[in-house]
Amino acid sequence: MSPAGVNGFVVGNTLFDKLWQAHEVTTLSERQSLLYVDRIFLHERTGSVALNGLLEKQRSVRRREHAFCTMDHIVDTLPGRGDDTLMPSGRDFIVATRHAAHETGIQLFDIADADQGIVHVISPELGIALPGLSLICPDSHTCTLGGLGALAWGVGSTEAEHALATSTLRVTRPQTMRVSFAGLLGAGVSAKDLILFTIRELSASGGAGSAIEFAGPAIDALPVEARLTLCNMATELSAFTGLIAPDQKVLDYCAGRRYAPQGQLWDQAAQHWQSLRSDQGAAFDQEHRFDIGSLKPQLSWGTSPQHCVDWDDAIPHVRDAPDASASAAWQRAQDYMGVTPGSQLSDYALDVAFIGSCTNSRLSDLQLAAAYLVRTGHKVAKGVKALCVPGSGQVKRAAEAEGLDDIFRSAGFEWREPGCSMCFFAGGESFGKGVRVASTTNRNFEGRQGLGVRTHIASPLTVVASACAGHLVADTIA
Amino acid sequence: MTPFTQHRGVALPLLRDNIDTDAIIPSREMRTVSRSGLAAGLFAPWRYLDPDARTLNPDFALNQAEYSGASILLAGDNFGCGSSREHAVWALMESGFRAIIAPSFATIFRNNALRNGVLTVALEQHDLDELVDWVTMDPAAHTIQLDLEACSIEFDSERDKKVFSVDPTARDMLLQGLDEIGLTEQSMDLVSRFEEQDQIRRPWVYLASD
Repeated sequence: MSPAGVNGFVVGNTLFDKLWQAHEVTTLSERQSLLYVDRIFLHERTGSVALNGLLEKQRSVRRREHAFCTMDHIVDTLPGRGDDTLMPSGRDFIVATRHAAHETGIQLFDIADADQGIVHVISPELGIALPGLSLICPDSHTCTLGGLGALAWGVGSTEAEHALATSTLRVTRPQTMRVSFAGLLGAGVSAKDLILFTIRELSASGGAGSAIEFAGPAIDALPVEARLTLCNMATELSAFTGLIAPDQKVLDYCAGRRYAPQGQLWDQAAQHWQSLRSDQGAAFDQEHRFDIGSLKPQLSWGTSPQHCVDWDDAIPHVRDAPDASASAAWQRAQDYMGVTPGSQLSDYALDVAFIGSCTNSRLSDLQLAAAYLVRTGHKVAKGVKALCVPGSGQVKRAAEAEGLDDIFRSAGFEWREPGCSMCFFAGGESFGKGVRVASTTNRNFEGRQGLGVRTHIASPLTVVASACAGHLVADTIA
Repeated sequence: MTPFTQHRGVALPLLRDNIDTDAIIPSREMRTVSRSGLAAGLFAPWRYLDPDARTLNPDFALNQAEYSGASILLAGDNFGCGSSREHAVWALMESGFRAIIAPSFATIFRNNALRNGVLTVALEQHDLDELVDWVTMDPAAHTIQLDLEACSIEFDSERDKKVFSVDPTARDMLLQGLDEIGLTEQSMDLVSRFEEQDQIRRPWVYLASD
């Protein structure tokens, strides 16, 4: 929407409009612009292909100081790990990525690097992602960084190659959407529950092609890491990205980080970042409002993140599906998941509990889960395999300094090295067919965590409570 | 990139909503650091009864003789959601698919398809249903003709062609088989000029080059 206005009234700009304008090099057509890309982050799964493509065509990285790479997707998370992984040919990806990063001269956070970790965990941690920056990565969860007020979105390998070669991307302008939350989250209810609820309400394609700004008192109250969790799953709405206007909490979070500006530059940046908010009266293509004051912990029952219920609600009947297509999808999902309509998720015994991934592997996630173990004194139930995988080297060291590793270990959790791990067969690890997993990850797709694996996505608190109960359950006394 | 102007082919219906890129090609099937060697992994979880042993699932349309050589995919809403892996497009291409018709697509998938010369057509559900009805009557004989110049889909000669709309920039790229990087490289003076001005507006963005 242009500031010129409608019917003579001045209409303000949305946060997204401001970010778009700040990066617009030129317009290419009515809907497409050439956007300047401030930061590029790669990982060994898809980044290796982008870098190889560049080298094959004898192109170079136009601004190598703005490009970074990590090892997170394929690398093992087992102690004592190296280049070898359980994944067939996993080593090839790791070696090729290292070679290409050295050839092109970009900064690589290699396996043994103290700052190695999941791309969307380390980019805010190191100050590579900052408010107002445009950042791309060949990874759909790049929208995570919208939690800082960055314009960050996921692309394919070819587009990543384009950005590396030209510092720009040709982007079709998305629609704008605002999702406002009234009320405050109750005890034991987290940003993960909030985003699962939003996907359940709007559907897995409910944000298709939109840049979604999350706003309202519930968002203002969220700590920065929780905002990253929330925006992380904007892609599960099929959105272009998620965004939250940066506030003082975000500025405090970013200050002093390795790649963040310092001194006078910091003051200048901080002043600019405070203008990054939607103006009063700014018009969005779509608006949604939810009152979340009485929101309960959410649990997924099916094979799409939209297949969620309040943790103590019954699994829906196929006959209640909104249309024929959903009805078929629900039936398939219930068959795959081995769940019966009318039953509750707490009726199902658990085989595995997983805490980790770019959604929920930050220090605050681990603190929350560990606090549950300390408060209740509960141990992981017999027969349940439980894993905790910190999102980065920094998270791991900070957790260990607080003794969280001991709490997890003595409760029966494995304590791993940082990486994407069991979110999707990373490192070649999988759970068996029919195995039921409570997982803090973002996708419960068929086969996502391995062939025939039944994934229930939930918050860290719900996962740790379920691990100890031996069946799916929320912590209702938090 | 291979230009896309017109294409006639057998159409394969796979009418589930929200077909994600993990279903199109699971992570464990992406075995080489390249854009090829992916065809055998296409729809692996559905196509094989046992993906490790490659035992074919006879109930899956891709394995049925009447759909042999299919090059157009008819799919459900929000096709290609989930992971950004471009391998999903490469696996479809390597298996002979040139176009996908669905009510809607996930943005990253659609962009990836475009950059590889694969046409994605967003078609209203009722129009798609008509195509599916006709195709399934006799899949091998009832081929579909896609014309990107005219933005039309020709199927049953007794029925009107379906007309679709496509972003004009995307259409040009497909018709001419343009290499986007090469195209943008012609505008690098604009990029340099943007940087000069931007370094005054947002100096903190520009990190020191060592």
